[in-house]
Amino acid sequence: MSITSDSEPKARHSVGQSMKRKEDPRLIQGRGRFLDDIVLPNMLHLAIVHSPYAHARIVKIDKSAALAVPGVKAVLTGEDLTAAGLAWIPTFHGYDKQMVLAVGKVLYQYQEVAGVVATSREIANDAAELVVVEYEQLDPIVDPFVARRDGNILRDDRENKTNHIYHWEVGKRAEADAALASSEVKVKQRIYFQRCHPAPLEPCGAIADMNGASGRLTLYLTSQAPHAHRTVVSLVTGIPEDKIHVISPDIGGGFGNKVPVYAGYVVSAVGSVVLGVPVKWVETRTENLTTTGFARDYHMDVEIGASKAGKLTALKVTTVADHGAFDAAADPTKYPAGMFGVVTGSYDFPVAFTELDAYFTNKAPGGIAYRCSFRVTEASYAIERGMDLLAGELKMDPAELRSLNFLKKEQFPYQSPLGFEYDSGDYETTLRKALDRIGYTDLRREQAERRQRGELMGIGLSTFTEVVGAGPGRLFDIMGIKMFDSAEIRIHPTGSGIVRTGTRHQGQGHETTWAQIVAEELGLDPQNLRVEEGDTDTAPYGLGTYASRSTPVAGAALVKAAQRIRERARKVAAHLLEAAEDDIDWIDYKFQVKGVPGKTIGMKEIAFAAYTNPGPGNEPGLEATYYYDPPNMTFPHGAYVAVVDVDRATGATKVRRFVAIDDCGTVINPMIVEGQIHGGLTEGFAIAFMQEITFDENGNHLNPNFTDYLLPTSLETPAWETGNTVTPSPHHPIGAKGVGESPNVGSPAAFVNAVMDALAPLGIKHIDMPLTREKVWRAIRDSGA
Amino acid sequence: MFPARFDYLRASSTDEAVAALAQHGGEARILAGGQSLIPAMRFRLARPSVLIDINAIDDLRYLRETGGSLLIGAGTRDAALETSELVTSGYRMIADVSVLVADPVVRQSGTVVGSICHSDPAGDWGVAALAGRAQIVVRGPAGTRTLSADDFLVDSFTTALAENEMALEVQFPRPSEHTSGAFAKLERKVGDFATASAAVQLTLDTSGAIAEAGVAIGAVGAKALRVSEAEQLLRGAKPSKDVIRAAADAARKEADPGSDTRGSAEFKKEMAGVLVARALVSALERLGVGGMA
Repeated sequence: MSITSDSEPKARHSVGQSMKRKEDPRLIQGRGRFLDDIVLPNMLHLAIVHSPYAHARIVKIDKSAALAVPGVKAVLTGEDLTAAGLAWIPTFHGYDKQMVLAVGKVLYQYQEVAGVVATSREIANDAAELVVVEYEQLDPIVDPFVARRDGNILRDDRENKTNHIYHWEVGKRAEADAALASSEVKVKQRIYFQRCHPAPLEPCGAIADMNGASGRLTLYLTSQAPHAHRTVVSLVTGIPEDKIHVISPDIGGGFGNKVPVYAGYVVSAVGSVVLGVPVKWVETRTENLTTTGFARDYHMDVEIGASKAGKLTALKVTTVADHGAFDAAADPTKYPAGMFGVVTGSYDFPVAFTELDAYFTNKAPGGIAYRCSFRVTEASYAIERGMDLLAGELKMDPAELRSLNFLKKEQFPYQSPLGFEYDSGDYETTLRKALDRIGYTDLRREQAERRQRGELMGIGLSTFTEVVGAGPGRLFDIMGIKMFDSAEIRIHPTGSGIVRTGTRHQGQGHETTWAQIVAEELGLDPQNLRVEEGDTDTAPYGLGTYASRSTPVAGAALVKAAQRIRERARKVAAHLLEAAEDDIDWIDYKFQVKGVPGKTIGMKEIAFAAYTNPGPGNEPGLEATYYYDPPNMTFPHGAYVAVVDVDRATGATKVRRFVAIDDCGTVINPMIVEGQIHGGLTEGFAIAFMQEITFDENGNHLNPNFTDYLLPTSLETPAWETGNTVTPSPHHPIGAKGVGESPNVGSPAAFVNAVMDALAPLGIKHIDMPLTREKVWRAIRDSGA
Repeated sequence: MFPARFDYLRASSTDEAVAALAQHGGEARILAGGQSLIPAMRFRLARPSVLIDINAIDDLRYLRETGGSLLIGAGTRDAALETSELVTSGYRMIADVSVLVADPVVRQSGTVVGSICHSDPAGDWGVAALAGRAQIVVRGPAGTRTLSADDFLVDSFTTALAENEMALEVQFPRPSEHTSGAFAKLERKVGDFATASAAVQLTLDTSGAIAEAGVAIGAVGAKALRVSEAEQLLRGAKPSKDVIRAAADAARKEADPGSDTRGSAEFKKEMAGVLVARALVSALERLGVGGMA
C-alpha cells in the first residue's frame, strides 16, 4: 500500500484509534436535529391518502368533505400534479418513470393517491380519511412468474405492452452451459432472497419551504444523497439549481431506504409552492414499510459444477427479479442488476454466466441497495448457499471445499469471469482465523456426538467477497452524473478546521472518522476538526452515502485534499524555517528541514502563519478541495461462522455462537467498525430468521407495521464475536475498503448454512429465508424423520 | 398514526371511574397500562370517545397475599410481579408468565388486570388465569361481583364486563406445597404475541398421583382455552410419559386456531400440544418428578 507521508511515521497519530464518536454526546442526549425536530414559522402539514387496493382504476376522487374540515388548506391529487407537470417523475436511473400521486389507476396497495395539507398533522390525518376515492378493482399480479406470461399488462402507460422490464446478462453462456454439462458433479437449486425492508427507525420525511420573494426552494430531506436530489429536483421541475437548497439534517438510519425520491417529497414541495408557506411531511411506520424502497426479491436458480475432487468448473445463475409497479431499483445506470456479477464470490471459477429478467408486479417499487452495494447481498447469498449445497453433494467439509477453491492472494489483481478486477484479498488467512476462533474442529466433533443422540446442531460458513465503493466514472453514473465524491478542508488560523464532503452519514460515524483521516494527514487534533455534511449550499458536490462508498470514495478525496493542504503548508513552512521548499520534509506529523531534526514546525503554527505571515508570493489561507474519481472498486471480504441448535419439536433455532472476521483493509476507527459489524449482523440475523414482506393473492401487504415485520431485540440477538484481518486496497490512498455493509451481505448465508447443516442428517437440503419456526418444523416433519 | 379524537378523564378514585363509566357507557374505555389500547387507537381499530385513566388511583396498585390468594390490583404493572419475592417463591406458573409476557419495556407499563380485560386470545395472562383458576373482581354501579376466569373471558376481545363495570382485581389461589405449574410459549421474537402458549398447574396427592390439574392454551382459538379433557385425563393419574402425551393430544384437539403471519392453523395446533407437554414436564420436575421429558 502507499503510505502518504514522506516517510513512515513511528506510530499512527489518529487513524487506527478507537476514538469515541464525536456525534454521540449530541445524539445520545437528544440534542440532535432530525427532520421532525425542525419547525418553521407558519408551517403546514401534509398527510397522504393511500390506495386500499393493489390494482384498481380510479373512477372519481371527491375532495369536498376533506376541504370542508377547518384547518385544511389544500387537497392535491394526481390531476393537480398533471397540471404542474409533476404527476410522474423519472425513477432512480431514468429508465422508467413513476407516479407521484396516482393518475388513472393505482398499481399497488398503499400507493399515494392524494395529499391533504392542513394546519396540524392531526387535522391533515383526520381529513385524509374524508377524501372519498371511488375505485374499480382490477386483477392484481403478485407473482413475477405470472407477470412473465403477459396475460395481464400492468403498465398500460408504457409503449411496450409487456410486464417484462429488462434482460441483463454477463459472462459466457455457451461455455458455462458446456462446462456444467461435462462436470462430474453438479448442484442446482432455486434460491429465493425474499423481499425485505431496511426499516430505518426514523422514517422518511421532508419540509419544503418555497420563498415566493426570493424564488428559492429550501428542501429539508431525509436524504442519503442531498446533491443528487438537488439535481433531480432541478431537472424535474425546471427550477434552476442555484434556487434549490437541500438540507439533510441528522438522519436516524438510512440503509439505502433514503436514496430514492418519494411522493411525499414532491407533494410537500408542490404544497409549499401553491400555498407559499413551508409544508412538512413525515411518514408513519406503515407508510415507510408499505411504500418506500424495498430490497432484494430475487428468485435465483444457482447451478454449480465441480470435479469429484471438489474443484469448481462452472457457475450459472439465472434470476427472476420482482421490481414491483415501477422500475425504481437503485442501481447505477450501466448496471441494471447492480453488482450482481460478483456472484462468483471468493472462488476461482474458470467460467461463469449470469442472467436476469425483471418484471412488474402490483407491489410497491424499490429494489434499493439495503446496506448493500447494489445486489451484492443477493449475489453473496446465492454463491455461499451454493457452495454449501455443493459441499453436501460432494460429502466434503464446507471449509475444505472453500479453501480448495479460494482465489489465492498471489492471484490479485484478479480478473473475474463476470467482469470485475478484484483489488486484493487473502481469503485463506481470514477463514483460518475464523475457524480457529470458533474452535471448528472441536465443534465438528461435538456435532458428531450430538447427531448420535439425535440432536440437531449445525455449523455454517460464509466466506464472502464484496464489491463496494462505486465508483470509477468510466463505469458508474446515476442519471449521467459520475459517481465520484469530494472533500473540502478549511484550516482556521488557530489550527482547528472544518471538513466537508459530498457524502451524508446516517449513523456511520463520519463526524469522527473523517476528522481522524484529516488529522492523520495533517498532524492536527481530530477533536478540533469539525465535520459537516448534508447542506448543498456549503458541501462540495458528491453522490452521497450508500453502497459502502463513503470511505472508498469520499475518504480518498479527504486524503487527497489534506495532501493539497500539506503542499500549501510546505511553502509556508519553507518561509518560516528559512529553507528552500525542496528542503522541507514531512516527518512524524511535522515539517522539518532536511537533515536538521531540531528545525521543525507543526501544522498548527503553519496554520496561524498562513493567515498572518504566509511569506512572500504564498497564497494566504489554508484551504483545499479535491474531487476523487476512484480508479477501481474495493473488494472487502470476510469469513463468518455460525453455530446453531435446532429444536426438533418446534422448529425453533438458536444461534449459539457467531464469529465474524472481516477484512476491510486499513481500519480507521476499530470501535466504529465493530459497531458497524454488530449492526449489520443483527440485520442479517433478522433477514435470515424473521423478516419478509409478503402479500396475499389480492396484493394486500401483510407486514405493514412492526407487529408483523419483526425487528429483533437485544434479547434474541446473538452475542457477536468479531475480529479482523488487514489486506489493504492497493489503489485507495490509505488502503481502506469500506465496511458498513459486509455483515449484512455476508451473514444471511452463514445462518442459513448453519441451519441446513443441522438438518442435513434428515436429508433436508434447502429452506428459503426467513427460517421461521414453522418452515423448519414443516421441513423436519416432511422429512419423515 | 394518530388516534381519532377522544376526551380524556383522569379518575382519582374507583368511585369516580365507575361514575364516569356510568355516564359514558360503551363510548368509554378504561386506560390502565395502555399497552394494547393505545396501539389499537393509533391504528384506529379502537375509537373510544372517552378514555378514563385509572393510573392516578393509588388504591388499585397492590400485590399482596390475603385469605390464601394472591391479589393483583388493576393498577399493578407486570414488572411488579417479575421482581416480587412472593410471586417467585409461591406462584411458579405466574412467575414464568411474568418474565415471558410482552417485553421488558412493555412490562413496565402493562398491567395484569388490563391484559385479562383485553381478552386477546394470544395474551398470556388469560391463559394463566384459566390454569391458575383465578377470579376477577369487578365493580359497577350496583356494587362488586366476582367471576371465575372461565366466566369472565367470553370471546376475542370480549369479557363479561358490562359497559358500566370495571375490573378491580384478579385473585390467584395460593398453590399448596404439593402444587406447582409452568408456562410455555412459542413466539417469533421477544415482545411478540404468542404463536401458541400453554399454562399448567398440577397438585399431587400423598401417593404421588395427580390430584388436581389446570391446563389452558393461548393463541389457538377465539379466546384463551381451558383443556378440560386434559385436566380429566391428568386428574387421578400417576405422572407418566403416556398421560403427558395424552394430555398434549387433548390440547391439539381443543385448539382451533386460525392461520396468520404467526403461522398456519396446522402448526399452531401442533405447537399447542408440544407446549402443553413441555409445561407439564416442567411442572412435574418442580414437584420433584423427573424423567418425564
